Amino acid sequence: MVLGLVPGRALAADPIRIGTFLSVSGGASFLGDPELKTMVMFIDRINKSGGLLGRRIDLIHYDDETRAKNAITYVKRLISQDKVDLIVGGSTTGNTMAVIKLIQKAGVPFISLAGAGVIVDPVKKWVFKTPHTDKVAVAKIFTDMKARGLSKVGLLSGSGGFDKSCRKNARALASEFGITIVADEVHGKGDTDMTPQLTRIKGTQGVQALLYCGFGAPTSIVAKNYKQLGMTIPHYQTHGSASMKFILGASGAAEGVRLPAAALLVVDQLPDDHPQKAVGTAYKAAYEARYKEPISTFGGHAYDGLLIATEAIKRAGSTDKAKVRDEIEKTNHLVGVDGIFTMSPSDHLGLNAGSFVMVEVRNDKWKLLQ
Amino acid sequence: MAVSADFLQFLFSGITVGAIYGLVGLGFAIIYNASHVINFAQGEFVMIGGMTTVSLIGLGLPLLVAVAGAILATVGIGLLFEKLAIEPARDASIVALIIITIGASILFRGAAQVIWGRNFHSLPSFSGDDPILIGGAAILPQSLWVIGGAGAIVAGLQWFFNHTLAGKAMIATSHNPLAARLVGINTRFVLMLGFGLSAMLGAAAGILIAPISLTYAGVGVMLGLKGFCAAVLGGLGKPMGAVAGGLIVGISEVMTAGYVSSAYKDAVAFIIILAVLFFLPSGLFGDRGTERV
Repeated sequence: MVLGLVPGRALAADPIRIGTFLSVSGGASFLGDPELKTMVMFIDRINKSGGLLGRRIDLIHYDDETRAKNAITYVKRLISQDKVDLIVGGSTTGNTMAVIKLIQKAGVPFISLAGAGVIVDPVKKWVFKTPHTDKVAVAKIFTDMKARGLSKVGLLSGSGGFDKSCRKNARALASEFGITIVADEVHGKGDTDMTPQLTRIKGTQGVQALLYCGFGAPTSIVAKNYKQLGMTIPHYQTHGSASMKFILGASGAAEGVRLPAAALLVVDQLPDDHPQKAVGTAYKAAYEARYKEPISTFGGHAYDGLLIATEAIKRAGSTDKAKVRDEIEKTNHLVGVDGIFTMSPSDHLGLNAGSFVMVEVRNDKWKLLQ
Repeated sequence: MAVSADFLQFLFSGITVGAIYGLVGLGFAIIYNASHVINFAQGEFVMIGGMTTVSLIGLGLPLLVAVAGAILATVGIGLLFEKLAIEPARDASIVALIIITIGASILFRGAAQVIWGRNFHSLPSFSGDDPILIGGAAILPQSLWVIGGAGAIVAGLQWFFNHTLAGKAMIATSHNPLAARLVGINTRFVLMLGFGLSAMLGAAAGILIAPISLTYAGVGVMLGLKGFCAAVLGGLGKPMGAVAGGLIVGISEVMTAGYVSSAYKDAVAFIIILAVLFFLPSGLFGDRGTERV
């Protein structure tokens, strides 16, 4: 499905073709939906102001419905039939990992919007990503816990790729931060009731904090179940929950949940000299005006993905895949909405540490923790 | 002490979700009774009930009106479905009819995505979220609504089948459609009634559970499958068997998650159905099938 956007003036004939596959429906819809909306808005703006290198950008989009099989089919189509120059997409870790082999074989620059560290670690030539990794998130969470004197953690995770990777990182990093995982529970895809798992965590001797690794509706259900069971230990989640949909879905039960998120989520509370403030505020104003719904960090990942891609194409002066790839790798101090990117041959994410902040839910809103 | 509080917690959780599976299973049983067809769109009635209520509440209607409206809407869709897709194909083979219901379920899901979008929606709990403590276990008031609501519906159905002419006509048709027609029962009307009832049951289940588990366009898939497991476990065609089957599946699932491993929870329903099909094909309460030659 081609979203060819009509430009304001006549542009050079051959459009730049950017492909994307996103989880606009299915379990990860609260990731894919804002991502698509952001991409449409971003490309619209570029086309209206003269295009990129004087050429119109065509966005070719497919909804993979949060299913890895569909992701593979659509990426094949994007590469061989739609002949795209570059791909920005893959809302979930599962779907991204499923297509990496295809991407590497075809040699198409690919910027992923998914969370887990395994996407760029080990580094793969054609694969980059924009969201903070689960490893960085876990490190940030553990740092916060340590500062509050919490060291015994009950872990709950789902069955998604991100969940599994996050759990693995939590177990691996725990000792480094002086944390012990005293309970490790798992729930299935599509589960609507996590009280059995939370009951076991609640009953574990000496547990001091709860950490949930997941995304989508389960994040809200876990919050509701936590409240139902009358749990009082500090409740942490990951940036997979960094969206108003998490708060709304929990109907008041999200109060007090802490999580690491890109500064975009609390852009209004950032000091004026914070590097993300200007870009973030502009994005938030444009998105909320056009779509009449609050921003989420997921839309921000898509914005940054396109920003990196379009800047690289500009610097390369063409859409030659190898040249563009090299330019993406050379991204240096690019101020995006979710952070400042400086990539290198050994780092295909390149986010600075300061771009991730701890936030807490207060009165159904995000509050920046200093 | 801690063990028994946990056990109670799991038990309540299992009865709550089991009540939902039971309602969905009842829907399967009723339609099977009326036509020997497995209606794989049953799960979608659950979804439509919940989602319509969300929309009606979003329009500002009070809860009771929204619930009534949603149930009526779902029953209407069930009846339309029967009239437009099942009745014209009534002389087709059972397999063809089952495939039609599968197609309908996909259609309903797709339409739901277009109408309600792809996001999750929540319904406010009927009487608040403050958990009630019983023996150390915390139950949501909504769980009591689910259990009570399902119980009331099942009791109502029992009365309907045993004490009204229409209900008895349905039972007669399920035993022997030809004989039923011969004594003047309008079997086509019975079929329509069956779909209407099942749609109502599905909608009720969807509305009762939505405040607890959030609802979205695809919620019917798993619920439909597990409701089907419940119906088969109870003996396909035995309404009370389906309810018992639902409770068994629900409690087994939660006990497995609580005491064995949470990773295997989803497998429980399917292991049960495999065991039933291998060892006890007519289910716990079904008649052993015989064919007169």
